[in-house]
Amino acid sequence: MVSDFDAAGTAYEKGNEDMQLTDLTALELGRKIKEKEVSVREAVQASLDRIAQADGALGGFVTVDEQGALARADEVQKGIESGQYNGALAGVPVAVKDNICTEGLKTTCSSKILYNFVPTYSAEAVLNLQRAGAVILGKTNMDEFAMGSTTETSAFGPTRNPWNLEHVPGGSSGGSCAAVAACEAPYALGSDTGGSIRQPASFCGVTGLKPTYGTVSRYGLVAYGSSLDQIGPIAKDVSDCAAILEVIASYDKKDSTSIDRRELDFTSALADDVKGLRVGIPSDYLGEGLDDEVRAAVMKVADVLREKGAVVEEFDLSLVEYAIPAYYVIASAEASSNLARFDGVKYGYRAKDYEGLHNMYKKSRSEGFGEEVKRRIMLGSFVLSSGYYDAYYLKALRTKALIKQSFDRAFEKYDVILAPASPTTAPKLGESLSDPLKMYLGDIYTISVNLAGLPGISVPVCTDRAGLPIGVQLIGDCFKEKKIIRAAYAYEQARGRFSSPELAACEKKLVSAAKEVG
Amino acid sequence: MANIISDETIEYVGILAKLELSDEEKEQAKHDIGRMLDYVDKLNELDTSGVEPLSHVFPVNNVFREDVVTNEDEREKILANAPAEKDGAFKVPKTVE
Amino acid sequence: MAKQYETVIGLEVHVELATKTKIFCGCSTAFGGAPNTHTCPVCTGMPGSLPVLNKQVVEYAMAVGLATNCQIHQYCKFDRKNYFYPDNPQNYQISQLYLPICHDGGVEIETAAGKKVIGIHEIHMEEDAGKLVHDEWEDCSLVDYNRSGVPLIEIVSEPDMRNAEEVIAYLDKLRLIVQYLGASDCKLQEGSMRADVNLSVREVGSEKFGTRTEMKNLNSFKAIARAIDGERARQIELLEEGKPVIQETRRWDDNKEYSYPMRSKEDAHDYRYFPDPDLVPVVISDEWLQAVKDRQPELRTEKLARYKKEFDIPDYDAGILTESKRMADIFEETTALCGKPKKVSNWLMGETLRLLKEENMEPDELGFSPAYLAKLIELVEDGTINQTVAKEVFERIFYDNADPEKYVEEHGLKTVNDEGELKRVVEEVIAANPQSVADYKGGKDKALGFLVGQTMKAMKGKANPGAVNKLLKELLS
Repeated sequence: MVSDFDAAGTAYEKGNEDMQLTDLTALELGRKIKEKEVSVREAVQASLDRIAQADGALGGFVTVDEQGALARADEVQKGIESGQYNGALAGVPVAVKDNICTEGLKTTCSSKILYNFVPTYSAEAVLNLQRAGAVILGKTNMDEFAMGSTTETSAFGPTRNPWNLEHVPGGSSGGSCAAVAACEAPYALGSDTGGSIRQPASFCGVTGLKPTYGTVSRYGLVAYGSSLDQIGPIAKDVSDCAAILEVIASYDKKDSTSIDRRELDFTSALADDVKGLRVGIPSDYLGEGLDDEVRAAVMKVADVLREKGAVVEEFDLSLVEYAIPAYYVIASAEASSNLARFDGVKYGYRAKDYEGLHNMYKKSRSEGFGEEVKRRIMLGSFVLSSGYYDAYYLKALRTKALIKQSFDRAFEKYDVILAPASPTTAPKLGESLSDPLKMYLGDIYTISVNLAGLPGISVPVCTDRAGLPIGVQLIGDCFKEKKIIRAAYAYEQARGRFSSPELAACEKKLVSAAKEVG
Repeated sequence: MANIISDETIEYVGILAKLELSDEEKEQAKHDIGRMLDYVDKLNELDTSGVEPLSHVFPVNNVFREDVVTNEDEREKILANAPAEKDGAFKVPKTVE
Repeated sequence: MAKQYETVIGLEVHVELATKTKIFCGCSTAFGGAPNTHTCPVCTGMPGSLPVLNKQVVEYAMAVGLATNCQIHQYCKFDRKNYFYPDNPQNYQISQLYLPICHDGGVEIETAAGKKVIGIHEIHMEEDAGKLVHDEWEDCSLVDYNRSGVPLIEIVSEPDMRNAEEVIAYLDKLRLIVQYLGASDCKLQEGSMRADVNLSVREVGSEKFGTRTEMKNLNSFKAIARAIDGERARQIELLEEGKPVIQETRRWDDNKEYSYPMRSKEDAHDYRYFPDPDLVPVVISDEWLQAVKDRQPELRTEKLARYKKEFDIPDYDAGILTESKRMADIFEETTALCGKPKKVSNWLMGETLRLLKEENMEPDELGFSPAYLAKLIELVEDGTINQTVAKEVFERIFYDNADPEKYVEEHGLKTVNDEGELKRVVEEVIAANPQSVADYKGGKDKALGFLVGQTMKAMKGKANPGAVNKLLKELLS
């Protein structure tokens, strides 16, 4: 473990001794690489050093591919010089959530049942990144199979919140968000089934975007709730998110639910102009259960947008309380089927001792899956079982239709919906898991967005009294990523850079925590 | 709790899901599923009569492949992660009695 | 008086479609590869892999549906059938439960008792499972996913059949329809057509159906007939003893001629079907449906009528020629080439059937090229070879798909038309057989036949028997 932080950091700018390579946004780093101020190897090494220094305390990564990343760095450097890679993110390192398949690099979904699984293929989103000259640093920790909101259900131990190591980073993309917040990676990929990008982004003070369903191919994303899952970017700011989405979004013939979208030029929406933009705040999101400081953050963003010429008003979205039960029925049902393939036959964990086939199945699965995953598989199997399908599954799909309709009505009146990303800031480790239902309720503002297939972006606003970040969410109509990107960008211009001062404090904490662990 | 999950139900769902729960886990599962279902029962407040179940959010249909062979022999890759293999096949406990 | 029982039978027929690739991935469906050499992440259920539907599967399913007088669901979907078994890599099978592609059809069968319509409840598309081989040496099973994801249609009949004869007539009818459509080769033995038999018995006159069982593992028409008899007897025996028939799936053991229950306590048979979120609905427009209708080939019934009319072929012969698509194809292609339907029919009805019988082969296995049969017919017609030689040459065509022209050339089988040569041989024969010559002259016409035979023998068959006959008569007059 590196104990001397300053030795590991690379000062690159005279007159700004404190600014590290790892502090840069992905686009800033990409520019430096393009202008040959920084080599790809230097950029990658800086991230690897940061990971070596911080991740022992943070637990953001499940796998770090140091050798692979450095070898790839040299390859990409040549590719940049030859003109093969000329995009804005060429040479910029990235961390990938561990439920997204990476050829030759272990992909565990933070589960014992896939503890040794090395895919022989890459997810389409990963291939898209590689075509743009990305260098994969490693795989980030998550709630097991993306089931959870705290990254505590990982079989490999929890990830901690870089703003306060006693707190969770949120989940399920907690590893990706923590890694970006702690500057271990300039950006990361996450996945979002019920809020798994937006909620941890909010808890970690980073920006996370969940695209419209069908925008990023799901091929190679290990399925949790197939009708809800989407891969999306996690980065330091809105510009990065737009640029990353531009790279990973594609129409993929391998994914039947992939949508052939014409306009994928998301960065063209990066303009500080929200004049006339109609913004609605669901008043039914602001009631009981919402933390006052979070409510204040939402209002702060509303004020900024209003000042910039947007028309902001509250409205009644309706059906809010039905999203969570509908979600848990649909997601659990799909998960119970999606996770049936993990059986000890073709890959992953097989129990050591068993008697016969069915005992092998049962033991491998019972030993291989964690508690939360088993809970959802049981619930999902139950709601699909004979006699219950109509009452639970079809009822949930009908509710989903109504929720979609209520959003359709809202988007007739508004361009963008402004909402909290989570009712509270990051809880302490161990607080949430004791009561699963309470944990599920934490997803109340994010879940309906997945049910309706909408895009949403979570942007940091400020910190609470305890110094933990608060983020808000901007929700758009289907295929209207550009509107939420523009609104988020405009807000961000008023807010200014979110990272530096707070993270500087966090670095000290990380170093001391790393020392303790070391 | 309105929804009482019986031992038989937990046993049955365990067979469906191929999960073997300890007695303690079974008790926990009974409690958890019961509580979740109480919560899910909230959906019954909603009148959904005449509402079509919505599987796919977008009305996309007819996504096809042409009938052309695109894959080559990838056996080594396919077997690379097998917990047990023999003669190019996945090895499992015997399936016939 | 003993009670009279009626057997009620419905069939679930699985047909492997003749696509080049699997239903949801671009892997080959070819038979005979080494284990797992025709596999990919999709058909082995790798994490993160996704299915994409093969369009040809939908077209074949529609074609079969139309040919069996079914209604087409112009909006159909795929569902997941969830159950654990190692030949099923995802531990769910992608199938159709809620909206199968075809429904409410039927086909007419003919048995000794007359004509009857067997209703078709539905036809749905689904994926086949892999293959499990028991390894005696290590007492384990080995899984090969080469067949995993091969497209199937399942044709579910109504419980309209009452005996084995009807069942076999129905299966034969389906086989012919599907083969004529080119949708499958429908080989029961090789498993490209598989039938599960749902059977119950009830007292004659009863309106209510009895409890049914489903029998699997029926690999031939004979096995099906035996299984029906066996299961009928078993169920009647139970009822006579006052015991209930249990609704279950049973495996027919054709050697022991008995069925055994397949159920274990680990199988709940609760498949938890739900729409597959990875696949989108199939919407069949009127235009698409019409296009498939327009492309439907001539089916057997139509072909039969046309043969009789167009080629003036007797009923019986037309029946045989059209009983296999392969045979009908050979007939039509050969006729198109040589323009002699009667001659072609004779070769197929005569020599071809004889050799098939001798070799215990099915007409579908015929491997020779129609062009060669056409050529053979021409060689006979223009007198290049005689009928006896032609039969010999045909065997080479039948077995080796030999080019008859080449074969005749290489083996010197051409009829000798050199009059001088023929005359020389005939004179020798006359000289060598004074007794026969005397007999002929004495009025015994039979003796001439002997002399013709001797001449043919001396010519090693390469003479035109008519010409020999004529010449002998001339020389002996």
